[in-house]
Amino acid sequence: MTGSLALVWPVMAAAFLASLVEAVEALTIILAVAIVRGWRPAGLGALAGLLVLAFIVAILGPLLDHVPLRLLQFVIGVLLLLFGMRWLRKAILRAAGVIPLHNEAMAFATETAELREQARRNEERLDWLAAIATFKAMLLEGLEVVFIVIALGGGRGMLIPASAGAVFACLAVAAVGLIVHRPLARVPENTLKFAVGVMLSAFGVFWTGEGLGVPWPGADFAIVGFAAIFLAVSGAAVALVRRPKTEALS
Amino acid sequence: MTASTNVLRELAGLFVDDGALALTIMAVVIVAGLVAILIPDAPLAAGAILLVGCLAALVWSVIKAGQC
Repeated sequence: MTGSLALVWPVMAAAFLASLVEAVEALTIILAVAIVRGWRPAGLGALAGLLVLAFIVAILGPLLDHVPLRLLQFVIGVLLLLFGMRWLRKAILRAAGVIPLHNEAMAFATETAELREQARRNEERLDWLAAIATFKAMLLEGLEVVFIVIALGGGRGMLIPASAGAVFACLAVAAVGLIVHRPLARVPENTLKFAVGVMLSAFGVFWTGEGLGVPWPGADFAIVGFAAIFLAVSGAAVALVRRPKTEALS
Repeated sequence: MTASTNVLRELAGLFVDDGALALTIMAVVIVAGLVAILIPDAPLAAGAILLVGCLAALVWSVIKAGQC
């Protein structure tokens, strides 16, 4: 029982941070569309994406109860390993200067430039294209949030704390976005992705092991140890492949 | 059709970025699973293989990308 309670805060924090990154990316696209074409197509596309997302959750959510726990832990553990280590690898390469940092301001500029180019070519279809852009952004980033919530919370009955962390992150980003009307370029995205990659990879090792019947020393507290090990190894990997800043930008 | 293919491709991209890393992770999971089945008296061995294998896969993938 104590072990499970020990998971509440790490699960909530991981879901919050991971969802924060996804929500910032979705907000950038929605804002770009809204500024170029207005809030109506941007809002309608985003709302349609949200409805499809809600439909998917309503269909898939109850199915989780019918999957045997060990199988569920194993499957989400493997998916978390693939998902988390992909994030962590990219964050390490960005921190080391091997690939350029993700820039929300640049993503916003690219999106608005693409929409303006589409407007120049085909004015009458633009509302439709604008709505599709926000629909796709909401659906894809939303699916990532849903996966994160299920993956972090599904293995040990922690869906409520995971959902709370994700909902709080999405509401916070939406509120700040509505107030500032600018992409949240000052969010330290790579630091967040590094931290989230470490946490998701640690959860991935833990759940996969649980699914295989591994009796981890320290039970749920083993996740904290795995996170510390992943953090140390990732830090060492950054130092190992670090490049000068000018090389990464070229 | 193209839109749904794009969405599916992007969904797959959530889990697979560097194909070699994804394959290595799957290989580590399979080896850990086999050890868990074949040596049930030492279940921690599967856990150790899983943890060390994933860390090694990550470092190897990062070094490989760093050399490109």
